[in-house]
Amino acid sequence: MIIAQQKPVKDVAAMISNCKKVLLVGCAGCVTVCLAGGEKETEVMASSLRIMRKMEDNPLETVTYTATRQCDPEYVDMLGNMVQDVDAIVSLACGVGVQYLAERFNDKWVVPALDTKFIGGSTVHGNWEEKCGLCGDCILHRTGGICPIIRCSKSILNGPCGGSQYGKCEISKDVDCAWQLIYDRMSALGKLDKLMEFQPPKDWSKSRDGGPRKAVREDVMID
Amino acid sequence: MKTESKLQKILDNGQFAVTAEIGPPKHSSAEGIRHHAEMMRDYVDATNITDNQTAIVRLSSIAAGVHVQSCGIEPIVQMTCRDRNRIAMQSDLLGAYSLGMRNVLCLSGDHQKFGNHPTSKNVYDIDSMQLIYYLRRMRDEKLFFSGEEIKEHEPRFFIGAVANPFADPFEFRVARLEKKVEAGAQFIQTQCIFDMERFERFMEMVRERGIHERVHILAGVTPMKSWRAAKYIQNNVSGMIVPDELVERLKNAEDPKREGVEICIEQIKYIKENIKGVHGVHVMAIAWEEVVPEIVERSGLYPRPKVD
Ligand code: SF4
Repeated sequence: MIIAQQKPVKDVAAMISNCKKVLLVGCAGCVTVCLAGGEKETEVMASSLRIMRKMEDNPLETVTYTATRQCDPEYVDMLGNMVQDVDAIVSLACGVGVQYLAERFNDKWVVPALDTKFIGGSTVHGNWEEKCGLCGDCILHRTGGICPIIRCSKSILNGPCGGSQYGKCEISKDVDCAWQLIYDRMSALGKLDKLMEFQPPKDWSKSRDGGPRKAVREDVMID
Repeated sequence: MKTESKLQKILDNGQFAVTAEIGPPKHSSAEGIRHHAEMMRDYVDATNITDNQTAIVRLSSIAAGVHVQSCGIEPIVQMTCRDRNRIAMQSDLLGAYSLGMRNVLCLSGDHQKFGNHPTSKNVYDIDSMQLIYYLRRMRDEKLFFSGEEIKEHEPRFFIGAVANPFADPFEFRVARLEKKVEAGAQFIQTQCIFDMERFERFMEMVRERGIHERVHILAGVTPMKSWRAAKYIQNNVSGMIVPDELVERLKNAEDPKREGVEICIEQIKYIKENIKGVHGVHVMAIAWEEVVPEIVERSGLYPRPKVD
């Protein structure tokens, strides 16, 4: 899923400093699971903004709503009536949600309350880690199920580099070396010979270097 | 595959090679580079020119290579995968060859986190293994990285790579070296050796696989200026091993700088006499280039062989 984190409230407040009434929109998708922009976080953000503005003697009126998914026009449409009389919309979704709102309500000022970080998952409660580099051409079958594109700090395909030591990456003692993990797993699977195969460079045109990507499934299109 | 590299001739002749390193400055004057080159000229067979080492912006390695060359030393241009995509790399390689460079050393490059531009974006379009492979293909098959034909004047570099016997997983280090040799590496410079025992074990594995017969391995050595420098590397540089005894020896020395030089000379002599399969030394006197002639001379490696 997408992992996002809230911006500091004061930064969000600065984006709407000239507004009297705002709509805060949470999202029940990924950002609910990663505790950044679900219903609860949306309410807390709204009240923090109100308190902040009250202390400044410049009260703010807030309306809150949590969409099932902000990355889906169907659910964004449901906001219809709530949007009319607000000066801005604060989205607590990932960057996709912010853009869906901005596109749908093109005469409204839409601002992000979150920083969209990466796609990954949780390890223990309250800790999330990046797992996939979204390269558009999965190679996990060649690397023991560990993604070197994003988990190796240098995206090395024929690793590990000379900075790997004691299982850690050269950038920090807190970061596991992806290639040590790959080595350990391939070794446990008895497949070390696979690591001797030369891995050619990635075709980055399948990643963001090919321009914004689209995925099409004609068989499921309605008309 | 033969190239015009003088370093290759020396190594292929079976002579024990000596290379050193010149670090370009953080400004636009070549005076220091030229000074170091002139000083080292008669004492080394070639010098590496580092490529924005530790991700600190410095005068370009190819430009510095031209200066070094004009002072009469053969340069080994370093090229990291950190700062250039495959288009920029090939363009620089063609340019370097046109300027007379004949040796390239392929590396991943230190992560930019440690440099003076930690907020920059790294490239890593291709990795060092792929760079070696495509550099060889450029020369031997006259192909650009993309597979397009190079119609004429293909760059014919003597291809170098690095190996780090002190990084982990140790058992895989020799295998990865072999992978580099299979990709096209013709000479290898190792990371600075402080832990001789580990290097010996590494070389033993190299010999078991017969890799030393397929590639020229140059052992990397570094003279230390102080125990603090040694301690710093021990604690802070990932992929290096500095034994406590070395730190202690420097600490107890009356003149630590002298002691650093002595240790380095002892290491070179030891490697040359005792470790089979090593075809030369690479002296990395970091920010201490002046000391190279003395180290070479007192290690019994002077004068250097003449090649025409
Ligand atoms: S230490 Fe490991 S994870 Fe870090 S850059 Fe090197 S190979 Fe990649």
